[in-house]
Amino acid sequence: MASYKPVVVPAVPRLGEKVTQDTLYWQGYKTPVQIKEFGAVNKIDFSPVPPYNYAVTASSRVHIYGRYSQEPIKTFSRFKDAAYCATYRDDGQLLVAGSEEGSIRLFDISGKAPLRQFDGHTKAVHVVGFLADKYRIFSGGDDYSSNLWDIPSATEIVSYTEHTDYVRCGCASKLNGDVFITGSYDHTVKVFDARAKSSVMTIEHGHPVESVLLFPSGGLLVSAGGRYVKVWDVLKGGQLLVSLKNHHKTVTCLCLNSSGQRLLSGSLDRHVKIYSTTSYKVVHSFNYATSILSLALSPEDETIVVGMTNGVLNVKHRKPEESKEKSQKKRQPAYRTYVKGRNYMPKQEDFFVSKPGKCVLRKYDKLLKGFQSSKALDAVLEPHIRLYTPEVTVAVMQELNRRGTLRSALAGRDEKQISLLLTFVTRRVIEPRFTPILVTVADMITDIYQPVLGQSAVVDKQFLRLQEAIGREIDYQEELLEVLGMMDALFATLTKKKATYLEENKSNGLTKTLDQDTCN
Amino acid sequence: MVAAAGLRVVRCGGSPLHGARAVFSADARLLLCTAGDFVKVYSAATEELVRLLRGHSGLVTGVGLNPHNCLQLYSCSLDGSIKLWDFTDGILIKTFTVGYKLLALYALDSCEDSVFVIIPKRGERDTFQLVSVKLTKTAGQDVEAKEFSVVLEGVDASPKCTAFGREGEYVASVKNFHLQVYFFKRKQLNRFSLRATNAKGGNNLFTCVACHPKEDCIATGHADGKIRLWRNFYHNKEYVFSTMHWHHDRVMDLSFSIEGTSLLSGGVEAVLVQWHNGSDCKKDFLPRLGSAIEYISVSSDGTLYCTLHTDNRITIINSNLRFSKSIQGLIRARDVKTGLVVDPRTKALVLNGEAGHLQFYCLQSDKQLYSLDIVQQEYIQQAGLNQTDLVKVAFSAQGKWLATVEEREEEPDLELHLKLWFFDEETQSFKLNTQISMPHDDHITAMCFRDMDELEDDSLILVTAGKDCLFKVWVILEDTDPEAQQSLSWSCDFVGSYHNYQATNCCFSEDGSLLAVSFEETVTVWDSSTWDLKCTFCHPPGKIRDICFGRLTCSKYLIGATDHGFLCCWNLLSCALEWSAHLNVVILQPDPLSEHIAAVSWLSKESSLFVFKPNEPRPICIQRNLCQEKIQCAAFVPRDVPETVGSEKYVWLRRSQLYLLTDAQELMTFSTKSPEERLTVSSKQLAVEESLPVTPFSLLLGKHRHQQSQGDTDLTKVVRNHHEQDSPAVKELLHTPAHVLPSASFLCPIFINSLLISKEKKSAEEVADEVEMESEEAEEDSDEEKDVTEMEQENTKSMDLLGEITCKLSKAEEKELRKVRKMDYSWISAF
Repeated sequence: MASYKPVVVPAVPRLGEKVTQDTLYWQGYKTPVQIKEFGAVNKIDFSPVPPYNYAVTASSRVHIYGRYSQEPIKTFSRFKDAAYCATYRDDGQLLVAGSEEGSIRLFDISGKAPLRQFDGHTKAVHVVGFLADKYRIFSGGDDYSSNLWDIPSATEIVSYTEHTDYVRCGCASKLNGDVFITGSYDHTVKVFDARAKSSVMTIEHGHPVESVLLFPSGGLLVSAGGRYVKVWDVLKGGQLLVSLKNHHKTVTCLCLNSSGQRLLSGSLDRHVKIYSTTSYKVVHSFNYATSILSLALSPEDETIVVGMTNGVLNVKHRKPEESKEKSQKKRQPAYRTYVKGRNYMPKQEDFFVSKPGKCVLRKYDKLLKGFQSSKALDAVLEPHIRLYTPEVTVAVMQELNRRGTLRSALAGRDEKQISLLLTFVTRRVIEPRFTPILVTVADMITDIYQPVLGQSAVVDKQFLRLQEAIGREIDYQEELLEVLGMMDALFATLTKKKATYLEENKSNGLTKTLDQDTCN
Repeated sequence: MVAAAGLRVVRCGGSPLHGARAVFSADARLLLCTAGDFVKVYSAATEELVRLLRGHSGLVTGVGLNPHNCLQLYSCSLDGSIKLWDFTDGILIKTFTVGYKLLALYALDSCEDSVFVIIPKRGERDTFQLVSVKLTKTAGQDVEAKEFSVVLEGVDASPKCTAFGREGEYVASVKNFHLQVYFFKRKQLNRFSLRATNAKGGNNLFTCVACHPKEDCIATGHADGKIRLWRNFYHNKEYVFSTMHWHHDRVMDLSFSIEGTSLLSGGVEAVLVQWHNGSDCKKDFLPRLGSAIEYISVSSDGTLYCTLHTDNRITIINSNLRFSKSIQGLIRARDVKTGLVVDPRTKALVLNGEAGHLQFYCLQSDKQLYSLDIVQQEYIQQAGLNQTDLVKVAFSAQGKWLATVEEREEEPDLELHLKLWFFDEETQSFKLNTQISMPHDDHITAMCFRDMDELEDDSLILVTAGKDCLFKVWVILEDTDPEAQQSLSWSCDFVGSYHNYQATNCCFSEDGSLLAVSFEETVTVWDSSTWDLKCTFCHPPGKIRDICFGRLTCSKYLIGATDHGFLCCWNLLSCALEWSAHLNVVILQPDPLSEHIAAVSWLSKESSLFVFKPNEPRPICIQRNLCQEKIQCAAFVPRDVPETVGSEKYVWLRRSQLYLLTDAQELMTFSTKSPEERLTVSSKQLAVEESLPVTPFSLLLGKHRHQQSQGDTDLTKVVRNHHEQDSPAVKELLHTPAHVLPSASFLCPIFINSLLISKEKKSAEEVADEVEMESEEAEEDSDEEKDVTEMEQENTKSMDLLGEITCKLSKAEEKELRKVRKMDYSWISAF
């Protein structure tokens, strides 16, 4: 025989982003720490060895920050003008940085004065880096040249002048100690081999290249420039694999996460987008206050550091893993009940008799089962239901309306309860999923409490606010209708040709049948 | 013979069960209730229909056990006769012709040879009297019973409004606002009146009355839900009454328990209320019985209650107010909006059932297979509420998907839900897959699946047509996300419209390539792969009422019926009207297995059936005057085995059977067989009714026993004796509660052994007999007659004393001992 059927709370499909594993992972960061630098942060680089300090290049200084420090633990400030692109060596011992005046300086992490200085570029050097063999440095300058330097002797090994515009980005292969890549404002990315006299590969990006990145395997190359991020297959001779256009301003920086599964891109449009490197779909995105110039991720993705054009350094630390002990602390049943029947092994011929699960009714359901409409409405106007699950409140109102007892449930309330009800209605009536029923509720409330209007200032104010909210919504809807009308007109002009074709066809059919009728 | 037989319209279900209170047989094993022109005898234990008592030619209005012979039953009918039945055998014993319409029947213990009936008063309309009819004991089947005396004038026609008091001393009857009590001995009539409305505005109208079986107390039910208990009503002035109030609406029926300690009441709330000791404070409830309670009856031993509901359901309830069983045939819905749909999986008829439910009705067994809860809301039994209605149902070709539309109309809003159900093989039931709120902005007028047998899965398409001038195409979307809970869901694929006319019908061609949608006066044909409008047809000025495509060889035709009484057939190849006929068609139903199309027309108070093939305008079969009522919907149900139909005229009945549902919710079908043939078939079905708790197991066992007893007839009686001995073992097996029995694998060999013993015994016996007693065969028989009686005691005795008794044994005893030794007792050790 039928039992009581609880009120069905309609599930509304959640619009917008779906909660995926990625969302959960990338949302697992604490609130950011903001550090003010002296100028635009053009480069952030993490030391590859613990404790994973990071070097931040901004203005004419290079600051080294500790993992959780908000003050720089070390500063290199021997630059006359702006410093660029301070980069760690693989062992975390040496740091190299370019500068506006064209010289490249190599620092020891523990010292203060530069160990070496490489002069040769005639203009600013925006990109420097170590090759994988640790003893050579590559650099690219605004004098269109890409140079290779020997660290011990501090001399230039080779200079390539193949680019036709500023060289602003580059990276070295991690596998081959001779290969490095530079990107330039002449829309090309060039791959150089130190053993060859000229570049071994040129890739046409199509926009001034702001950042390049080589996958750890060395097979894939990512270049960013303009609004595009492009992925190239180097082993296939620089074939374009995929072109991503997810930013609406210039993409300035690229970065891979520690596992190599996700690619991050920062842009002047204030967004950091995270792509899956298998599907090249955006799986998550971060929003920042101002345009992003640089971006870095610490090993194990512990920290995301983002540098902005206004000199703010935004540092996000990962939340510690939630200990699972908490859930285990739940009171366990008594030993006796816990052990009872635990080691009973069902025999083969046994069959299970499933006991119907006991249906636990919510408080409002219990009250509705007993036809106590007013109390059921009270139950769903409790703060925790009203605020966090308004759909339950509305579902119960709908149920009361279906039972024809909504009016009596709304009637006979005091000032406090009316104002509470009105606040709820005012707040939720514009939500499309609640509108139909809440309009009825608002109607009923106005009907019921019309005679007592003017007796309480609080209630009167609530009524006015309700009126205001509805008025605003009506205006908004009207505007939307106008837009819809405009769009209809546009579409109508677009499909005109096809419509006339249909018209002809139709008339043919009609006349035919009519002819037939007359024959009959 | 077959050729000569004409087509007959046969009622096959849905006749209203609630003509009168049901009656339990004296041992409470059978339940007798009226059903249209018949009296149905159900087994109270198994819900099985045991007998169908047929013989009345009008609606049966009352049944009552013969108080002097509890195996006989009186029944009265609108045809003016009282019939006496032997209901266990289904034999009509006597017919008493009264000559008036009989509206209720009361058979009392105290009256020797008369029964009380309610008849209309001669010459006056809507006035009824309670009369006592003398049933003469003259021999013969048909007896005139013209001798009657009026007991009460101006009684209500309803059998609930008259009740007989303790030992038939008085009769109480209520009508409007009056209660009248007539005392037979004193010949005194007391009348009590209530004001029409009381101070609080309640309606004091009497609705039913019941008398206490042991005390002088009358319970009356009222239209405002009050129950009044009247006492001391011998005096016109000093009467007292107490009031009990729980029902919020009209009390439909009242009944005292056998001892009178409790009072049962029921109303439209579908709650059975048990009031204890006539007090307001102590009461028990049995809620959610499905629909309004019409009648309540109590078995004479007090163990069972029975409620008859307005939707033709019978509920049997234990005396501790526990729901026990429900007998349900075709449930009467408030309004059959879904029409008749055939479930391809079970071949059951599917239509509206209990409020918010879909009933699956099995045509063969006249039983409800199951009821699917579509709306999934608590049903509030209250007048004036806008209830959610199930309006459209469609099955996909294999029965894998079910689409339902429910709506609730509350001015000015309309709540619409389109639900798609997936058949879960594991649980063997439909599971909700997708729910779409407000699929259209206005009522949905038609819905259909694209029926494609071979391409069931992803090419499945659902089309809904609505009054919002649109038709929408819904398709299955597969969610590729592995984390999603369900991979399939439905979403809208295409929205079509035509000149802002309301879409009224939709239908797919047999191969699924074309979709026809009718928009008021015009039929549009769309390509189902590109959703391009292909052509349009119309037959002005009539609006299109129904459309369908031809099947098989006639698939190039499109048939439409218009409001102005035209049936049109368009050729899809030439886009021209092939033929049209002047016929006011209300229903157009194509047979899914043949080219035939059935059209039911409604003209001046009679329905007619026309069966035709679209390729020729001349109908194959015309059946005029089907019934007086309007036919509401129709369906072709495929037959399991093609029937042999002799006449060319009825060839359309070969593959499938046509069922029609009338406005009165009676199900009708067509048969070419003569009534006798049909009867034999149905009585064959009833062949297994003898032993009441018929389970498959008892049937099997019964067959086994039957065979054994046949085989045993030529055996000696000693063998049979042993049978009776081991039957307790079997009995024990059958009567031990299932939860204390050892596993079946353990029991099986024992059970089989216990059955085998007799066989072994028999052979041993025969051998022994043959060897030793060949010469004594003559006296053997007489000997054995004696032995049989002693056997029971001796059997155990001889076992104990076997060692001691060595000498002085008679010949007969010796023989007996030998038998005992040979007997196999191994089965005993098993227990």
